[in-house]
Amino acid sequence: MVKEALDVHMESRRLVVRYGTRLGVGVGGGVSLPLYRRRITALIGPSGCGKTTFLRALNRMHDLTPSARVEGEVLLDGENIYAPGVDPVLVRRRVGMVFQKPTAFPTLSIYDNVAAGLKLVGIRDRKRLDEAVERALKAAALWEEVKDRLRAPASGLSGGQQQRLTIARALAVEPEVLLMDEPTASLDPISTQAIEDLLLTLKEQVTIVIVTHNMQQAARVSDYTAFFLNGEMVEFGPTETLFTKPQDPRTEAYITGRFG
Amino acid sequence: MSRERDLALRRRYWVERLMLALVALGTLLAFLVLFLVLAYALFQGAGALNLDFFLKDMRPPGEAGGGLRQAIVGTLLVDGLGLLLALPFGLAAGILLAEYPDHPLNPYLRLLSDTLNGMPAILFGLLAFILVVKPMGGFSGLSGAFALGFLMIPILARSTEGVLSLVPKEVREAGLALGLPRWRVILSLVLPTARAGLITGILLAFARAAGEAAPLLFTAFGSPLLELNPLKPMDTLPLRLFAFAISPYEDWHQKAWAAGLVLFGFITLTSLLARWASRRRF
Repeated sequence: MVKEALDVHMESRRLVVRYGTRLGVGVGGGVSLPLYRRRITALIGPSGCGKTTFLRALNRMHDLTPSARVEGEVLLDGENIYAPGVDPVLVRRRVGMVFQKPTAFPTLSIYDNVAAGLKLVGIRDRKRLDEAVERALKAAALWEEVKDRLRAPASGLSGGQQQRLTIARALAVEPEVLLMDEPTASLDPISTQAIEDLLLTLKEQVTIVIVTHNMQQAARVSDYTAFFLNGEMVEFGPTETLFTKPQDPRTEAYITGRFG
Repeated sequence: MSRERDLALRRRYWVERLMLALVALGTLLAFLVLFLVLAYALFQGAGALNLDFFLKDMRPPGEAGGGLRQAIVGTLLVDGLGLLLALPFGLAAGILLAEYPDHPLNPYLRLLSDTLNGMPAILFGLLAFILVVKPMGGFSGLSGAFALGFLMIPILARSTEGVLSLVPKEVREAGLALGLPRWRVILSLVLPTARAGLITGILLAFARAAGEAAPLLFTAFGSPLLELNPLKPMDTLPLRLFAFAISPYEDWHQKAWAAGLVLFGFITLTSLLARWASRRRF
């Protein structure tokens, strides 16, 4: 197999996010970080270091917070998603997101949860929806468990299943990039394992950015890792290098468990 | 354990008991009023409550028998029509307040709905008189529905806002992250999640308006006969209660109490329905 060339899929350039008058992320010059196509990039760092804030800037989720201001650029295939005239809805169709808390839509069935992103933009073709739902649920390793009760309410699923459901829901709209904000934080070890296995399969098609508190998880699944501290990105590099030969003493202190 | 600390602790327990007793007494007194009203209404009006009360229209004074069918049906029609008129505006205002918190109109909307919530109900009647009765040249059920609708809009707006703000923000974010436009997320994900609470708010606004007489005095006006045409004057229970209560006839007094009982039962039923709806989450 030919090793495919590294290719920058998304990239932040001197990105700064401010909340009102409080300090935000990247205030000291901005965060510049490449995200490579069909690779997994992990964002690690102690609580409050800004990794989630950074992640949410990548698909314009901050648009909903009136006090948040974003400066700098985020390039998606070379186009700045914060350029005037860019529709955040179209950005979010290409850059999907999975949240920390499993959030199945409580009023919808399992099927309708997965189909939500398609049905609610007006796709009615039964066959196409059926196929997309099956494909997404298989990709999220949930199909076998739910195929006989697709019409049942999604609120009846376990936490681990709901999280895989939200992944299936995100995949159904076929995003190019998947942002994951501590997707296994509220799950037990078995569900965590299932999702980590899933990530390794998914990256054949999708670029993944994952925020995690768990350094073992970052080491296990990611190809690249960025270390955040106090709102700044301290170090970025191939995961193996960052964990074995960190350049910055603060990175070393964090990964060896001396703080955080 | 020192002796003073022991004493201080004991005193605190006494204060707690005293406070609890005061709170319980206050609650009991509040209930006593409700109980007395209900008991007296039952005592005075229960005798007039029979099948005819619901199935027959009122009779002229001095004639025995008859009922208040025209007022019962009129209450449901005028109130129901008022709700239909108020619903789109009340819901829309509530959605704007809850879902677009940074919208420039919101501070004014909030002040307005607070003011309207506290406004004497008769002023809504006056408004409907000017806007509907005068241009249409006469009293009508429709103008009464407008008056009650005006009354319900701020109640609906505030209850909708409250219920929507209880929907976890994760539901909205998850929807937006799928690339759905904001209006679609609100319509298809947020509103269904809040359905039970929305229904509760609607029922409570309906019950509140059902008990109003003042806004209907110079709008719906009242009618001694069953009237289904909303362009004609219509009767409602609070209007009839008022008219009968100030009449000189013994029989009508009794029927006024009975009207009060029916109204009480109607509002209780609506509230129970609202509680039942809000208990069933999702």
